Amino acid sequence: MSAQTARIRFESLRRSPGRRHALVYVTLSLLVVVFGIGSVSFPGFASGQVALNLLVDNAYLIVLAVGMTFVILSGGLDLSVGAVVGLTTVTAAALLRAHWDPTVVILIVLASGAALGLIVGLVIHFFDIQPFVATLIAMFFARGLCYVISPDSVSISNPFFTTMAQTHIPVGPRLTINPSVIIALIAVAAGFVVLQYTRTGRTVYAIGNGGESARLMGLPVVRTRILVYAVSGFCAALAGVLFTFYTLSGYSLTGVGMELDAIAAVVIGGTVLTGGSGYVLGSVLGVLVLGTVNTIISFNGTLSSWWTKIIAGALLLLFVLLQRLVIGRARR
Amino acid sequence: MRRLLGIRLIWPIVILVGLLVLNVIIEPSFFTVRVQDGHLFGSLIDILRNGSPTLLVALGMTLVIATRGIDLSVGAIVAIAGAVACSILAASPNPGSVSTVIGAVAAAIGVALVLGAWNGMLVAVVGVQPIVATLILMTAGRGVAMLITQGQIITVSSAPYKVIGAGYWIGLPASILIAAVMFALAAVFTRKTALGMLIESVGVNPEASRLAGVPVRAIVWSAYLFSALCAGVAGIMISSNVTAADSNNAGLWIELDAILAVVIGGTSFTGGRYSLAGTLVGAFIIQTLTTTAYTIGVTPGVMLVFKAIVVATVCLLQSPAFRATALRLLRSLRRKPVAEGGVAS
Repeated sequence: MSAQTARIRFESLRRSPGRRHALVYVTLSLLVVVFGIGSVSFPGFASGQVALNLLVDNAYLIVLAVGMTFVILSGGLDLSVGAVVGLTTVTAAALLRAHWDPTVVILIVLASGAALGLIVGLVIHFFDIQPFVATLIAMFFARGLCYVISPDSVSISNPFFTTMAQTHIPVGPRLTINPSVIIALIAVAAGFVVLQYTRTGRTVYAIGNGGESARLMGLPVVRTRILVYAVSGFCAALAGVLFTFYTLSGYSLTGVGMELDAIAAVVIGGTVLTGGSGYVLGSVLGVLVLGTVNTIISFNGTLSSWWTKIIAGALLLLFVLLQRLVIGRARR
Repeated sequence: MRRLLGIRLIWPIVILVGLLVLNVIIEPSFFTVRVQDGHLFGSLIDILRNGSPTLLVALGMTLVIATRGIDLSVGAIVAIAGAVACSILAASPNPGSVSTVIGAVAAAIGVALVLGAWNGMLVAVVGVQPIVATLILMTAGRGVAMLITQGQIITVSSAPYKVIGAGYWIGLPASILIAAVMFALAAVFTRKTALGMLIESVGVNPEASRLAGVPVRAIVWSAYLFSALCAGVAGIMISSNVTAADSNNAGLWIELDAILAVVIGGTSFTGGRYSLAGTLVGAFIIQTLTTTAYTIGVTPGVMLVFKAIVVATVCLLQSPAFRATALRLLRSLRRKPVAEGGVAS
């Protein structure tokens, strides 16, 4: 045990602030380069509205990435988020079709997302199941529930949801955002404050750097480890609500593979995959990089939308390799 | 060792027998196997045939999980292998000739091996966690399959190709024979040589194995290669059975079935202990379960929920922490009546 502790200390020394920020700077430069490529290739790309649309089109992914940042910082991984997004859209659409009140519907889906995450966290902690196995099972479970609730796409015509989808909030001359962006930015701010300025946040980092030493320091490891998955489940459900605002429908195949986008955004944003180092704001940058790539693909018009998945995978791989170079061999 | 294996396998076998009995009760002619045109027909044969792809994928998955890894990309490899074989056949002027089919199958298996080598390189050489390394191919791989088929479902009409997934050799469905041969090869190579023991040692403790001189990298790498090979063959079978390559749906959720078969068979996620025979029984439990569900009229969605619950239960039963809690509960329940009895006497 002492050898391990010494190794962790050694690694935290190696992760001096300069190195920790290095990955975020790489992401920032990547964002500038990718946006630059888009601006040079397509006339009209370098406009304020295209930049704001990055937020509008990816509000759900930003929220998803906030939750995933918590999990990855603690050294875990949540594979269930895409399926929870799907489940949320289908549940919301089905309940709205049955004429439930939109506020109640939103509260129900948010609570179920958080509850599913909580159960996953409890199972991981108390029964010592590896995080990926538990979240993988949750993923299949949630996806199955989607089909059970409705195999077909259900459209939403509820006035509150359509208002949320169609409202444009002016933020400058001929520049608008929508309510989803504001919700996403609130989620980012909340995640940032919790991780940087609260005991819970510091405990998340401590667990990621070595659960045993965090426990020996007297930090509430058990509670925080479980909380992290509840946060991720809640964020996934919130992302699902935003996605429903975006598409105005619920479909059982929504969000297939979205977990890759979320993990990719977090890792591109400089959070180390083995936990303990990273920033929520970096994850937002990661989402913007992916969003810019998607925008370039849609501006191009001839490229298949499948390229977005391939590029997300390639970028994830690139940053995993970069992390190995910058930080050295991670703990396993 | 043999006795231990027998004891470990008893529960999966009981479940399988129970499911078969249930089927006979629902459908009395379930066990009937007819001979027609020199071929065997019947529900049991159907289960064997439809279970072959799952068995193959589960076979590869067993060895990967034994090295303490996981391969999420098998579904995508199934789709890619089917896409490659069908695109070649569809583009060829003479899709019915045996040589064209052999070429297409070889190309598909070659591509699958490349993908396996890619997974293995990421895990064994670069040191990426298996879950992340294979997740990349799981999601990006479907994109690759879509690019190969250009977003369309490619249908082929090739008699020799159809034999692989839907045809017969010596009276039995060809797919069963292929799966059986690959299974037997894997069993002989891992159980009659030291390979199986080396795989288990890597699963128990990679670092200690490396220090003891076990070629850990090569073993982990070959586990992923073998898994991809199995998935590739399964992909050819599936696309041959439906004579089409559907990049979106071919092999969708097959990783769940495979993982389910492996854990039911008694292979532990913590690595180091695996049972090929268990996987065999597990795969047939899954296929019988699916067949039973369709007979009763359960929809695929409900099936997915049910399978997720089964995997969760089996994983919990495997977890020492859960077993300890459950045992403690049981003991406290048992102790209470004894204490009361003591008071009464």
